[in-house]
Amino acid sequence: MGGIIVGLGVGLIYLVTGLHATQSSLLTTTLSWFSKRKHFQKEKNVKERSWRLTLAIGLVIGALIHTLTLSPTGFWSTSVQLWRLALGGLLVGFGTRLSSGCTSGHGISGLASLSRTSLIAVIVFMGVAIVTANIVQLLGVLP
Amino acid sequence: MNRRNMVVLTGGILFGFGLSYSGMTKQEIVLSFLQLEDLGLIFVLGGAALVAALAINVLAKIQKTPVLGGEFKPRHRILSWSTIIGAVIFGVGWGISGQCPGSAVASLGTGNLPILVGIAAMFIGAYLRGLLDS
Repeated sequence: MGGIIVGLGVGLIYLVTGLHATQSSLLTTTLSWFSKRKHFQKEKNVKERSWRLTLAIGLVIGALIHTLTLSPTGFWSTSVQLWRLALGGLLVGFGTRLSSGCTSGHGISGLASLSRTSLIAVIVFMGVAIVTANIVQLLGVLP
Repeated sequence: MNRRNMVVLTGGILFGFGLSYSGMTKQEIVLSFLQLEDLGLIFVLGGAALVAALAINVLAKIQKTPVLGGEFKPRHRILSWSTIIGAVIFGVGWGISGQCPGSAVASLGTGNLPILVGIAAMFIGAYLRGLLDS
């Protein structure tokens, strides 16, 4: 059910604006406000940065609305250790930008566009993530 | 706010609501999928992709052009080593932390303050990728 709602959001944005509501580009386009490097100042990044930030704000508001209404647990915080969030986040930021897509870019919009590149990317990142998560668990890292 | 960004905001609210509804804003739930203990994530991703596929491949073809003008372009990327190597690095990070860009941002709305550490690290990672691209 949650996935259907996510798909409705992506579909609505595409049908009205023609934009693909993908997430990891937010990292690069937002950095275009802070870095003069050519990589971030590409015309595409500067042009997209305002709607991508708007999309991110929408995500936060949507999750907040759910938390305040239907959520059985209410406000919540992860107990996954901070070093895991930091190290994992670093690799997620680098990897998704190198790969030009994340769980939403390759996983939702890419697969929905019947892109062969995205199908391969999804198989690779999901396979590697499953192996990694199991190794971390076997090493006894909790939580 | 212009009309385009209003629609993006509305779609984003649905996106974030759906992620929170399905538990994907909780890193513990994502990790339990990756440890193959709870298969929910595959249905969330599959359901979202299926609905989006209907919009991209069926409704867009009937509509011909987006409501606000412009043209429809399905999302295609050229396959390169960067795609594969990036996906491997992303997979390791996802497996270590249970967070990906969209779920981490949405997670802020559930009151999950520690995720700020992960989001800050993602920006540093994206910045490092920019430094390597010269």
